[in-house]
Amino acid sequence: MKAFLILEDGTVFSGTHIGADKEVVSEIVFNTSMAGYPEVLTDPSYAGQAVCMTYPLIGNYGVVTEDMESVRPWLDGLIVRELSRMPSNFRTDMSIQDFLEKYEIPGISGIDTRALTRLLRDSGTMNGLITTNADYDMAEVKARLSAYRTGEVVKKVTCKEKYTVNGSKTLEENGPISGSSVYTGEKEMRPSMVKKLNGTGKKIAMLDLGLKVNIVRSLAQRGCDVTVYPATTSAEEILKSNPDGIMLSNGPGDPKDCGTIIDEVRKLYESDVPIFAICLGHQLMALATGANTYKLKYGHRGGNHPVKDLADGRVYISSQNHGYVVDMDSLDPKVATPAFINVNDGTNEGLNYTGKKVFTVQFHPEACPGPQDSGYLFDRFIEML
Amino acid sequence: MPKNPDVKKVLVIGSGPIVIGQAAEFDYAGTQACRSLKEEGVEVVLINSNPATIMTDGDIADHVYIEPLTIEVLKKLILKEKPDSILPNMGGQAGLNLGMELEESGFLKEHNVKLLGTTAETIRKAEDRQAFKDTMEAIGEPCAPSKVVETVEDGVAFTKTIGYPVVLRPAYTLGGSGGGIAHNQIELEEILENGLRLSRVGQVLVERCIAGWKEIEYEVMRDSAGNVITVCNMENIDPVGVHTGDSIVVAPSQTLSDKEYQMLRSSALNIISALGITGGCNVQFALHPTSFEYCVIEVNPRVSRSSALASKATGYPIAKVSAKIALGYTLDEIKNAVTGKTYASFEPALDYCVVKMPRLPFDKFLTAKRTLTTQMKATGEVMSICSNFEGGLMKALRSLEQHVDCLRSYDFTALSKEELLERLTKVDDMRIFVIAEAVRKGLSYEDIHRITMVDNWFIDKIAILTEMEARLESEELSEELLREAKRLEFPDNVIARLSGKAESEIKALRQQYHIQAAFKTVDTCAAEFAAETPYYYSIFDGENESLPESNGRKKVMVLGSGPIRIGQGVEFDYCSVHATWAFARAGYETIIVNNNPETVSTDFDIADKLYFEPLTPEDVENIVNIEKPDGAVVQFGGQTAIKLTEALMKMGVEILGTKAEDVDAAEDRELFDRILEETEIPRAAGGTVFTAEEAKAVANRLGYPVLVRPSYVLGGQGMQIALSDAEVEEFMAVINRYTQEHPVLVDKYLMGKELEVDAVCDGEDILIPGIMEHVERTGVHSGDSISVYPAHTIADTVKERIAEYSRRLAKALHVKGLINIQFIAIGEDVYVIEVNPRSSRTVPYISKVTGIPIVDLATQVILGKKIRELGYEPGLQPNAGYVAIKMPVFSFEKIRGAEISLGPEMKSTGECLGIGKTFDEALYKAFIGAGFDLPKHKQIIITVKDADKGEAISIGRRFAKLGYTIYATRSTAAALNDSGVKARKVNKIHQESPTVMDLLLGHRIDLVIDTPTQGRDKSRDGFLIRRTAIETGVNCLTSLDTANALLSSLEAKENEDALELVDITKIL
Repeated sequence: MKAFLILEDGTVFSGTHIGADKEVVSEIVFNTSMAGYPEVLTDPSYAGQAVCMTYPLIGNYGVVTEDMESVRPWLDGLIVRELSRMPSNFRTDMSIQDFLEKYEIPGISGIDTRALTRLLRDSGTMNGLITTNADYDMAEVKARLSAYRTGEVVKKVTCKEKYTVNGSKTLEENGPISGSSVYTGEKEMRPSMVKKLNGTGKKIAMLDLGLKVNIVRSLAQRGCDVTVYPATTSAEEILKSNPDGIMLSNGPGDPKDCGTIIDEVRKLYESDVPIFAICLGHQLMALATGANTYKLKYGHRGGNHPVKDLADGRVYISSQNHGYVVDMDSLDPKVATPAFINVNDGTNEGLNYTGKKVFTVQFHPEACPGPQDSGYLFDRFIEML
Repeated sequence: MPKNPDVKKVLVIGSGPIVIGQAAEFDYAGTQACRSLKEEGVEVVLINSNPATIMTDGDIADHVYIEPLTIEVLKKLILKEKPDSILPNMGGQAGLNLGMELEESGFLKEHNVKLLGTTAETIRKAEDRQAFKDTMEAIGEPCAPSKVVETVEDGVAFTKTIGYPVVLRPAYTLGGSGGGIAHNQIELEEILENGLRLSRVGQVLVERCIAGWKEIEYEVMRDSAGNVITVCNMENIDPVGVHTGDSIVVAPSQTLSDKEYQMLRSSALNIISALGITGGCNVQFALHPTSFEYCVIEVNPRVSRSSALASKATGYPIAKVSAKIALGYTLDEIKNAVTGKTYASFEPALDYCVVKMPRLPFDKFLTAKRTLTTQMKATGEVMSICSNFEGGLMKALRSLEQHVDCLRSYDFTALSKEELLERLTKVDDMRIFVIAEAVRKGLSYEDIHRITMVDNWFIDKIAILTEMEARLESEELSEELLREAKRLEFPDNVIARLSGKAESEIKALRQQYHIQAAFKTVDTCAAEFAAETPYYYSIFDGENESLPESNGRKKVMVLGSGPIRIGQGVEFDYCSVHATWAFARAGYETIIVNNNPETVSTDFDIADKLYFEPLTPEDVENIVNIEKPDGAVVQFGGQTAIKLTEALMKMGVEILGTKAEDVDAAEDRELFDRILEETEIPRAAGGTVFTAEEAKAVANRLGYPVLVRPSYVLGGQGMQIALSDAEVEEFMAVINRYTQEHPVLVDKYLMGKELEVDAVCDGEDILIPGIMEHVERTGVHSGDSISVYPAHTIADTVKERIAEYSRRLAKALHVKGLINIQFIAIGEDVYVIEVNPRSSRTVPYISKVTGIPIVDLATQVILGKKIRELGYEPGLQPNAGYVAIKMPVFSFEKIRGAEISLGPEMKSTGECLGIGKTFDEALYKAFIGAGFDLPKHKQIIITVKDADKGEAISIGRRFAKLGYTIYATRSTAAALNDSGVKARKVNKIHQESPTVMDLLLGHRIDLVIDTPTQGRDKSRDGFLIRRTAIETGVNCLTSLDTANALLSSLEAKENEDALELVDITKIL
């Protein structure tokens, strides 16, 4: 079946319909990761957005359910150049097509994704409509597109009730340490990058703003007990549990749409509990402490962005997914100073909070998908507790 | 960290002659590194024995030495030039080994020279098998269970503990030389014995066989601050068991989930960090296809063939960045020249699919085993870029120039399902075609996968291509079908063939439906940033990004030379690149079209625009349609480019320089004969034929021996000397395997001195930089001959005649640009053998030796300048102050079963040069450079055919006088002894021990001189002796002329201490 992607500026891409048979209006963004599309599909930070994968061959290894970063896919639509008809990997559970249908997510394939990417790069992120209706009325579509807002998506993706994930008691529980695996002929566990249990006995409270499970896993595999709270939980409730540390997760949307959550984050900041925040959590902490955020022209989404640790000048390749960024000009050095910057465009990638055991990063040390280079930040957090 | 101010003068070591496993990629890397160093104000001293390279040019380095790559020469060079640092990791394994030896000997420390880019400790940890295993163990990175052995007994004992099959990898050899897989003790002993001999340190790694696992490579970079990045990863379609150089490779990996991708990426970064490498590094992994188990196969702590491929696949210049890192810069300080916005610490993101295919030399070695193993056999490779894998594969296939254009090009339709199952077990260069046929016949993916271990994803892609073939055959050619076929990169001629239409109809239909190629940019960043570098590939399913500028400049298209193969090597890339630069200097906008990832010409900053495309008429036309160039030059890109002449003219593109009809006149027998008649130049009598019957008639008319060869070929492809009707029949059958568009030439074989000229002609005047004389008499291909400049044994009258004939020929053929002419001189008589109105393999060599920039002059002449205007007096130029001798280098040890004897068909893969004040010094350097390191044991074997017995006596006498012990087979021994030359008789192979084989295997022989009897019978003793010699690392000569030259060199008692090193930038 033919499908169309219509953008705010009137550009129309025609391709082939994939996934669920429904129409969707969303914010169109692109991701440059060459592998890891199942993680992208299930990253709650994409709620309210439809994602164009710039790598042209998607679905080559199908979907592996154990690689899902949350319970379901959250993005509104998937835009690819070519969907593989032959998912091939020893862990494949289903094809992308089946996965999209199961979760009622529409998409489009067979379009020139590079042309779309160039358009978004030059014009900035735009809203778009994915539809199979060839008789669309452009004026009506444009009106719908310009009216679209991602809105308060955090509330949509956060968990409904708190839950606890217990830390590993032994390294063996995490699965084989990467590299040590020996094929036994049985389906084995995924290897773990974690090489020491330095978090044993530590209690972490995690504010779920739309979290990727590998953030929880990264702590639990180091031995931490992690309690995950819905985004709307009050600071009082979290602090009442006497956590050794607090983590603010990643999440979707404009940080300024988070309203009262920002007030609660301010209260967490004012406690003396060490805090580590990622992505949206990082932005909310900045907003809560008086700094500002702004929207990037077309965001950073991919697995190849270099970030520089300003403490020692080292550069790490990071996994990124953000459309907003903390305005470094708005920082009060008495409150926070830049800890990381993006090597390419010099934008902020992390903050150290002055006089507090609080540090936050814009990128994703939990990887999934993407480079595992900055996983050491979880160790840094644990050492702070 | 900014640049290290202590580094002011750097010695860069090149990789030497092109051999299998070490090819043009090191010219690319070295050239990029030198330019990168010079950009930083560093004075660069370069040494490389290979004269065909771009790196050995005066404009690439400040001081250039084309000298043998030996420790003694390097020490002398360091004393002479006094560099403060040495960069060894650009010259492949050869360069790295030399750097290592210099460091280990304490010489560098003694003379205060730093090793840049790497340390001896790093090299040792990566290259020494045991040290590598220990390092990997220490950081928790797994290697396959293995043991380094130094004796065959240890190897056998260890294998008993881990079980067959085992993989054998000799330490410190290139291209996996001497390695292999042993399935039983007999094979183990055979391979191990050979491998121990070939290893520089007498070590071979015996390891658990992981054949069939996925083979995945990562190219990683690290700077001195410890920052690490991945440039790209690559997946071999052929699983572990086939050398990655012989595999079809795709980038990025296609069948790995993020978990596997990141697991191996992290491992590669751990490894480069643990080894402390600064610069680029290649890590090869074997990944179990149904688990997360992996093994590190190998690490190359230097630029490599894979890093060249990764550079071209991503646009990330690994060698350039490595050189900057060596100077002290960190990755975040080095600008990405492609985007101009990002830095070298950005990991490239691809939004296309890259396919690399090997160019295997089996068309040159008909007797060789086509089996692919862990020992590399490819001489070169092609790369293609497309938005889909199928298209990438189709483009790569037709880029090979091996008479293949789709998955039907090898016909296996006659095989039944059962036979196909059997055939699939054979791992050779045709496997992908067999898989295609298996899919067509309906064999299940599971069966195909079980046998080949090729991943189902790739099998399915092959199936998509075979389904398209079937649709094109059976369905009406609708717009939708044609569009899809083009998306999959089916060329028009294949669509025409399958759909039963004419190619012109397909083209018309495409025009009607607006199905035209568009061009996308390789920008390192998947369009995230606007790219500044115009590096393009074509697709059929998207918008065009290549928009020609109207900048008022005239636009010229330079057609490249495609994959490196025997007969068409790096020298044509030299010519293409120099022509491009010359056009740029003349104010032209330049466009390069080529498909070879190993070359300098496909570097992103050589031409104004680079199109990475197959060199077929259709693919080139797609570019012409967009670019509308003012002209194209074909005379620099070897036969590949020449073949496009007619097509370009049909497209309305002006051919700059010599006109197509004149090129034809040189190749067309009748036209050429007429020209010779008019110009009164003699040639050997001959005739043109199509069939064996006609050939025999001509041969009998002329009288044997005759020379049989196809016209319009390069490197004497298919050329043979025939002595009888039977041989004519045999050779004609070989030539006619492929339909010949042009007739076959049968000429009377003349025996005399072969001479060669490269010249520039402006239509009126001719500039002849010099005359080269071949050491071997006619009958040995010019590319395989030792070539001496200036010609030293011919009379001045002969030289004058050659100059005069050259002038007449060039003028009669209206040559504008380059011309290459080969002559035979018999006494005072001069005959012309052949004329090529284009660049040749000797152009770089003669340019460098004479200091006359031939390609640059030719380009200016093409643009209308006259030789006199360019400051040169026409005619034969006076001799330069040096003698230069070009020595061919072969890769016979890599190609099992290849016949090594020299003949009219070219077999050498590369060459080295000896430059000296005297003939003897130059000759000595040339032999040393080619690896003739005599004497060692002072024992030789001589076995010659009857006709050569007379000459063999004088050769034997001279060797005896030098104190050599001579062994000879029965009749040769008798002939020698009868003439008073003492020779020990050895038995032939089938006789009782000790035989000539035992002698060879005893490793006490320096040299074998074996002149083969005619005929291509593989079972003959001579063939086995020659193969054994090569495979046991013994020098083997098959021409008595070469033996005489070697003797002259030995008698002259040159020695390395007394050699004068020549900076060729000072020759002018």
